[in-house]
Amino acid sequence: MKHQSIAEALREAIAEEMERDSDVFCIGEDIGVPGGFGGAFTVTLELEKRFPDRILDTPISELGFIGAAVGAAMMGMRPIADVQYSDFLFLAMDQIANNAAKLRYMSGGTIRIPLVIRAPVGATGRGSQHAQNMERFFIGIPGLKIVAPSNAYDAKGLLKAAVRDDDPVMIFEHKLLYGSKGARAESGTTNASSDIPDEDYVVPLGTASVRREGSDVTVLAWLLMLYESLAAAALVESDISAEVIDVRSLAPFDWKTIGDSIARTGRVVIVEEGPITGSVSAELAAGIMERFPDKLVAPVMRVASADVPAPFSPVLENMYRPDRQRIADALRAIVA
Amino acid sequence: MDIELTDSIEIASSYSRPFLLELYERMVLCRQFEDRVKLLFLEGTMPGTIHQSQGQEASAVGVCAALGQDDYITSTHRPHAHALAKGLTAEEMMLELFGRSTGCCKGKGGSMHIGNMDKGMVPAIAIVGGGIPLATGMALSFKLRQRAQVVACFFGEGASNEGAFHEGVNLASIWSLPVIFVCENNLYGASTAISKTTRVPRVSQRAQSYGIRGETIDGNNVLKVYEAVQRAAEECRSGQGPVLLELLTYRRVGHSRRDPAHYQDKGEQAFWFARDPIEMFRKSILQRGDLTEADLQTIDARVTQTIEDAIAVAREAPFPTADDLTQDVFSMELKS
Ligand SMILES: Cc1ncc(C[n+]2csc(CCOP(=O)(O)OP(=O)(O)O)c2C)c(N)n1
Repeated sequence: MKHQSIAEALREAIAEEMERDSDVFCIGEDIGVPGGFGGAFTVTLELEKRFPDRILDTPISELGFIGAAVGAAMMGMRPIADVQYSDFLFLAMDQIANNAAKLRYMSGGTIRIPLVIRAPVGATGRGSQHAQNMERFFIGIPGLKIVAPSNAYDAKGLLKAAVRDDDPVMIFEHKLLYGSKGARAESGTTNASSDIPDEDYVVPLGTASVRREGSDVTVLAWLLMLYESLAAAALVESDISAEVIDVRSLAPFDWKTIGDSIARTGRVVIVEEGPITGSVSAELAAGIMERFPDKLVAPVMRVASADVPAPFSPVLENMYRPDRQRIADALRAIVA
Repeated sequence: MDIELTDSIEIASSYSRPFLLELYERMVLCRQFEDRVKLLFLEGTMPGTIHQSQGQEASAVGVCAALGQDDYITSTHRPHAHALAKGLTAEEMMLELFGRSTGCCKGKGGSMHIGNMDKGMVPAIAIVGGGIPLATGMALSFKLRQRAQVVACFFGEGASNEGAFHEGVNLASIWSLPVIFVCENNLYGASTAISKTTRVPRVSQRAQSYGIRGETIDGNNVLKVYEAVQRAAEECRSGQGPVLLELLTYRRVGHSRRDPAHYQDKGEQAFWFARDPIEMFRKSILQRGDLTEADLQTIDARVTQTIEDAIAVAREAPFPTADDLTQDVFSMELKS
């Protein structure tokens, strides 16, 4: 057993998978340059020393290297592609949406794309083009599996599950949860480290996890918002018993875990970092109303960002990003 | 194709004393601004992240000095020197970097999106290569409206491997648009050396693929840059654009934040640090005889004062308010 940050746990997961299977390789910008960063958040730091031929530094060419990862995956390799900030996925959108997601279906099931794409999200004082929660743009693309680990244990287990899966899996990670150290350390971080077992394990794709039990209301959140939701639940605990679920799998949703909770609480608050319109929470809300209409005693509520690009000024960014206070207000409102 | 990098600057007698002093002052402003911002950032008073341009002043200043008031520039994640060279004030920039509502982008842009359209600078585009097609479109508008304007599009050598570069340059080429593509080749894209990302020895050679003129220039020689951009601007204005200029230069600092740049080769650093654009220019203009050390010291002191004044103003300036968060998304709000 050891205690690790998300960055460390991901690094170890990648190393173990590369050790186990010579078809696994990493591809991305600045991921394995000696004296460099190990990717924007140190996840692949020094892995080039152990796997000199399988940590591939690329030019700044997202469409090119993600497309190449799709192609290599199609031939049976298991690439882990890394974009430095998830915002850059837009540059590779065609290869992800039109190729990776569709090739299996278009080929009548004859092609497999065992591809992993890792992408950091979240507003962190960098302005509008390095701040988006990009997961929203991918959940509606059939053919993609999507996860978002909020702690180191899950990060390692989900990454391993993703590498071993035969379909394209996108892993969205939060910049403020990595626990990156040194010159690449972030300020204003949340501790998401975990005890990590010594033995091999996976966290199955497609599963949510109850992080706090409660009976009055179900809170659905992932990544950084999970921590704000847990804090909000603690703030109101003298009056309200809130159950907090780490949604964790954004495609597909784990309707079983979510539905079981709603059957007990009858109320749902969904919390999301990112504009409220066209969001993951919108899809969750619609799905809940279609699946569990008889279980709800109150309309679903959402706490999300305003419909604006992520602003730079820390003052505005704090208004943009939902916080425990706003979530607590929603919890009080929904039980009122 | 290969050019000689000298460590002295030849100054034609036709250059006036005020012009040379103006170039000197601009470059010193860029350097001092960056050095001061670095301190503010390291001491934790300045939010966000920064990409600095110490060592690249001659390219920013040389390019902008050859442009007119009506001409535009586009910039990158490393925009401070471009902005100061194009005439943005230290004050409007400090205000922005401090996230204040009176900054040049009202605190919504921040370091990576500094700009001011009234002064001919598009808010910097922090997606590598993202400004290139944009510049092509701006030049298209100049052509369709029969204006004599040009746009100088700054980007790094790393950006020349993005699809946006190839598509943007090709479009500008087939329509003979008035764009000067200014590649600041500082030998690294983040931590990755140019030798690892392209087999073409000179970025300017890529001009051939698009049937346009390309030229490599000593980017630390402010007059060489100035003259090259003057020529290119003339060509553009007479319908013979676009032109691709490659300015060889070097950054004296890390890629961003606290990056110690361990990936830079020591010998290479020594070579380039000895060719500091400001030091070279200083030495050369002092040899002319009509300028003294005292003249330059007066300028240095004036610049220091300007920057300190700007910081003082910025520290006291108001932050954006909750109302500001949702302003500026659209030119006209539709009632919902
Ligand atoms: C599309 C995209 N990919 C990656 C990045 C992350 N990134 C920011 S700057 C940079 C290096 C850019 O190198 P270059 O274009 O040579 O400019 P320089 O930093 O040398 O000024 C990278 C990879 C980005 N901002 N946008």
